[in-house]
Amino acid sequence: MKRIFWKRWGLPLILVLVFPFTIVLPKLGIINPYVNLVLKYVGINIILTVSLNLVNGYMGEFSVGHAGFMAIGAYTASLLTVWVFPHAAGPFIFPLALLAGGIAAGIAGLGIAFPSFRTRGDYLAIVTLAFGMIVKSVLENLDVVGGPRGFMGMDKLTSLAWVYICVILVIFLARNYVFSNFGRGVVSIREDETASELVSVNSRQVKVLTFVFSAFLAGIAGGLFAHELQFINPRSFTILKSTDMLVMVYLGGIGSLGGSILGATVYTLTLEGLRTVLQQLGISQEWRLVVAPLMLVLLMIFRPRGIMGLREFRFLTPHDERPEALAEHRKQIQATKRAKEVLP
Amino acid sequence: MQFYIQQILNALQVGSVYALIALGYTMVYGVLSLINFAHGDIFMVSTYLAFFFSTWILGLAAGLNPILIFVATLLVAMSGTALLAVVIERLAYKPLRNAPRISAVITALGVGLFLENFMVAFKPVGPAPRFLPALIPAVNYNIGGVMVSTIQVVIIVASALVMILLDVIVRRTMVGMAMRAISWDKFIVPLMGIPVDRVISMTFALGAAIAAVGGALYGMAYTMDPYMGIRIGWWAFIAAVVGGIGNIRGAMIGGFILGFVEIFTPVFLPSTYRDFVAFSLLLVLLIFRPTGILGRPMAQKV
Amino acid sequence: MTLLHIEHLTHYFGGLRAVQDFNLDLQPGELVALIGPNGAGKTTVFNLITGVYRPTEGKIIFQDQSLIGRHPYEIISRGIGRTFQSIRLFKELSVLDNVRIAHYTRAGYSPWEAILNLPHFTRQEARVCQEALELLNIFGMADLAETTSKNLPYGQQRRLEIARALATRPVLLLLDEPAAGMNPGEVEQLMETILWIRSEFKLTILLIEHQMRVVMGIAERIKVLDFGQTIAEGTPKEIQNHPRVIEAYLGEEVAA
Repeated sequence: MKRIFWKRWGLPLILVLVFPFTIVLPKLGIINPYVNLVLKYVGINIILTVSLNLVNGYMGEFSVGHAGFMAIGAYTASLLTVWVFPHAAGPFIFPLALLAGGIAAGIAGLGIAFPSFRTRGDYLAIVTLAFGMIVKSVLENLDVVGGPRGFMGMDKLTSLAWVYICVILVIFLARNYVFSNFGRGVVSIREDETASELVSVNSRQVKVLTFVFSAFLAGIAGGLFAHELQFINPRSFTILKSTDMLVMVYLGGIGSLGGSILGATVYTLTLEGLRTVLQQLGISQEWRLVVAPLMLVLLMIFRPRGIMGLREFRFLTPHDERPEALAEHRKQIQATKRAKEVLP
Repeated sequence: MQFYIQQILNALQVGSVYALIALGYTMVYGVLSLINFAHGDIFMVSTYLAFFFSTWILGLAAGLNPILIFVATLLVAMSGTALLAVVIERLAYKPLRNAPRISAVITALGVGLFLENFMVAFKPVGPAPRFLPALIPAVNYNIGGVMVSTIQVVIIVASALVMILLDVIVRRTMVGMAMRAISWDKFIVPLMGIPVDRVISMTFALGAAIAAVGGALYGMAYTMDPYMGIRIGWWAFIAAVVGGIGNIRGAMIGGFILGFVEIFTPVFLPSTYRDFVAFSLLLVLLIFRPTGILGRPMAQKV
Repeated sequence: MTLLHIEHLTHYFGGLRAVQDFNLDLQPGELVALIGPNGAGKTTVFNLITGVYRPTEGKIIFQDQSLIGRHPYEIISRGIGRTFQSIRLFKELSVLDNVRIAHYTRAGYSPWEAILNLPHFTRQEARVCQEALELLNIFGMADLAETTSKNLPYGQQRRLEIARALATRPVLLLLDEPAAGMNPGEVEQLMETILWIRSEFKLTILLIEHQMRVVMGIAERIKVLDFGQTIAEGTPKEIQNHPRVIEAYLGEEVAA
């Protein structure tokens, strides 16, 4: 009895117990501001990686412009907390602002979803790239939000606690999506789009859902990002940012939530580690920017699926999808229904 | 009226450079079905090669005939860039010949970014913008109210010559025929005794050398910095797609169209809208006519 | 009621005429075979019925409703299942998942319910899993539920394709060369399987096949295509001795 309890509720319980620490530790200075910052970036990057993994990993599409969705989320959330609501309301409005940013980005996701009905592969890549560039270009021309100089004035609303909550929520929602009918539809499109339509998968619906959901998540990450830096400008959301996301997805593993967590964590920590190493060696920091593209190339040549390619951690798999549960179910059926074996 | 002629001339100048670079994209796509996102950055490297060589030579023998120096710079830039392109092809693209297209495209992206950031971090280069020394006397002529500079003329004429030469190579030589054959059917071609690997390497080299011509010419008229690959490379890429990627004449047409977009957009809209116009053009085209102006439609078999 | 009514179906690929004036009336429960040399247009007919292409001309009426212009997934949801000439399983997915995907339109929950993990979603997922496992069990493949489908032996893969097509609960089943690549023993089993599923699942079956043993063994009616045109139609006995059919397969000298 106790085992069943722990199996079902063990993980959620642990997550809840850790939560207070995310508030207390930074406040008491036990976690110094730098570590706090890095942890927050890890969290934001996890959300970004999950977002892109849905489209590139699970669906096998090729989006290179996700930074555009992040930008839309960042700007929307920031506009809300700086212009629309009084600063005092900040901490309470924050989740709403994030949500609004996500929704705005999600709507933009429709903009990519529709072209994806007719184009695939490299051509869709270019479409997403053009989209990212257009977003950046539009933001540069909108003087009302600061144009090329950027937008500022946000309060530092992104606390470790908020990042923690968002990461857990994002993974929960993504997991549910992936292990559902729609998630299976996503993967079937990757495997063989025509065949999937011919076994009743409504590929248009799946594409719209996936792009919108993915964009939504990127938008949330954007909002978190904006309220950490307290300043955003169009140049934060270029193809370099999209490349970071690509590296994290392909490093951690395509089609895997655990892979997304791994990729984001390893990558973020590696870059931070490099910062210190380069400092010690007296080499200029600019060499860090060479790392991401180099990793990307090496990954593509030697291990394109990434660390966890197409596999998933047990703790991220819903109980009913785990091998034991399926085996149980199967045995049940084999026992009760006599197998009408057509062929031995 | 003069204003428009002036602008058309400017558009031709810029368009020529775009066309030269677009050719590289289109040729590689033709043989490998790969969009070599690194091409714009290869172009960037070529301008730096031209810069370093010409400054070095001028440092050694300032009195030499500038035309000679110019030609030498051109040749050095072309061969150096061609070499770089072949190295990249062998190291990064060849291993992925049979991998899903996505891997190759992402790799190309990575290579391009690697080149950019490497040049920024590499001390002798650095992020600061530079000029190529003026190897061609920059004299301006006033023809009926229109300002024509020698550099402008050189760019337009040189580009035209290169494009004609390329057209001849592709249509009349064995190499060109091999290139075209590979673009139609990659698998049968080796069975016909054509050394596919070598032809592919030569395609890369040729595309890069042509881009280097554009690079050297560009460097004389404008400033250069490590991130110019993104700006110019992407515009040239749009040019290639607009014209129909895989189609050489399409690349030339596309280049000039983009030249016109660049010059004429500020006439009607604030100049900061240039990127927006260009990328919107790309988007619209991709949605309604993905194969571009001269491209061939692709069919799928079920 | 005629299950499937096809009238004057014609399709061009650019200048190439792939199918010309194809007509067919299928009654519920029939087992009809479509044969002809390679490139005769048989798979194209399947593609036209299932909405992969929109026919240049002609009518396709299924259960009194026109299928022309509808998306493939709509057509499949209306009760037409299909397999492919070359196996098109979802290679990286498990056997179970391959079958579960076919439940897409019948899953019974909305995206919201899925993303938020609501109870309705959990219940329906369990139902889908149950149905899929039961189907696999019938085919004797329940033990292989978690195997990645690309690791299955060839014969099993073909059976999985049929099982997957059946998971869409079709009324009409289109089988495209199901016996391709099978040895004689497997072919015998396949013939039994097809007859068995027809009666068990109350199907109407349209079959493309090159192996004459299968065609002559189980088909009630045969249509012969060559270069997109129907050159003969009739019972197996009639077709066996039909001069034009022999000519199409073996050439003029043999027919004469």
